[in-house]
Amino acid sequence: MDLINDYRNSELILALAKQIKAEAATLSRPINIMEICGGHTHSIMKFALGELVEGVVNFIHGPGCPVCIMPVSRIDEACELASMQGVIFCTLADMLRVPGSHTSLLKLRGLGHDIRALYTPLDALKIARQNPDKNVIFFAIGFETTTPMSAVIIQKALDEGVKNLYFHINHVTVPAPLRAIMADKNVNIDGFLGPSHVSVIVGSNAYKELALEFKRPIAISGFEPVDVMASVLNLIRQHKRASFEVFNEYKRAVSAQGNVKAKELVAKYMRPCTFEWRGLGEIDDSGLCLKDEYVSIDARRVFALQKEQATKEAKACICGQILRGVSKPPECALFAKACTPNSPVGACMVSSEGACAAYYKYQRRGA
Amino acid sequence: MCLSIPSKVIEIDENNYATVETLGVKRQVTLDLIAEPVSVGDYVLIHVGFAMEKIDTKIALESLELYRQIAEDMESGVIDEREGDMGLASLSDRLSTQKGE
Ligand code: SF4
Repeated sequence: MDLINDYRNSELILALAKQIKAEAATLSRPINIMEICGGHTHSIMKFALGELVEGVVNFIHGPGCPVCIMPVSRIDEACELASMQGVIFCTLADMLRVPGSHTSLLKLRGLGHDIRALYTPLDALKIARQNPDKNVIFFAIGFETTTPMSAVIIQKALDEGVKNLYFHINHVTVPAPLRAIMADKNVNIDGFLGPSHVSVIVGSNAYKELALEFKRPIAISGFEPVDVMASVLNLIRQHKRASFEVFNEYKRAVSAQGNVKAKELVAKYMRPCTFEWRGLGEIDDSGLCLKDEYVSIDARRVFALQKEQATKEAKACICGQILRGVSKPPECALFAKACTPNSPVGACMVSSEGACAAYYKYQRRGA
Repeated sequence: MCLSIPSKVIEIDENNYATVETLGVKRQVTLDLIAEPVSVGDYVLIHVGFAMEKIDTKIALESLELYRQIAEDMESGVIDEREGDMGLASLSDRLSTQKGE
């Protein structure tokens, strides 16, 4: 078996699309499906899945791109920390290009600040060991998928007695933004495509409560096009019989309980706290921060950051609306004109999981 | 950053690092986040230098088989009879015996 190509088999994709169309034929209007995760947005655009089910399924792009949801205030904090003397600032690649109020990490790097894009957070530990005379700051981003990796680094740093590694935690969780979106009267979602890799960690049981609360079906889906089509078919079937259960299409990697070891590690070092989401604003308990006993490695507390700085955002950018599921990229006046992946105006154009970047790459018509 | 694809474990060292192969590219990942034993030949999901979970290839095959069945039935025109077969009852039941639910 070929775990990649078999799930990209075009005959299978087309057959499932046909089946979806046949079964959706009796619906009075297209079904609105929000894909929570930016990885699915990318797949849907890359394989043009929206076109295969045009007229019966409307994909609404969700808030699940960790780079996109980072508010300008956090980018500004990153820039402030990265500009300090004696600091090596480390983060995962895409963050470098996200514009802050006045500058970006990439521009600061151009000015000579030591800012490094890591392939893996493990490298932060290595850099700290190699540079004992520098303060190494790891700017951690990501949903439940990436949080355990930060927890492993924290554990290793504490165990090994590494004294010069600090963490700026910007981890976020999936359920909170979904609640905010469902509370918005302008959004009309009939069902959700559940994230692939977040679910690997949290497990399929974690969505049962949400499905009940929203009275909407959730299909946890793999990233490959066959996965997405099979999940859409399930959502249509559930929609037709008005059921709202959690369907685990990605059972080859997602168990009911998730990765318990990873969840325990996260709970050991972090606690829920308020996070300000781009487009959604501040939401209680939607992010994670270090527990009080780890204040000595918390970059936000160790390095006095200027509080209450006014943030500045590009006015015409509608990235926030896109993240709330109320707009699509071509509706932005800057899309593919002033704003391109090479010179992004907003965060949604930066990461390949961002809706604007995915539209730019795979579907520029309508611009 | 989430677009990880299945990678095959080809070597495991004494520090719990594995050499994995993804589409012909070899790289090193840590197995620190996986509680159950991982062996050479297993498929794992990789994310930023970590293996997150093993992939159950038996379930992967079964899902594909089911989708192929739907496609075949589609071609032979048995749409309505099979409706619901990929609904919760059937697929979940068929697959839940494989991975702890
Ligand atoms: S195209 Fe650029 S400016 Fe427009 S919403 Fe997207 S990121 Fe913002």
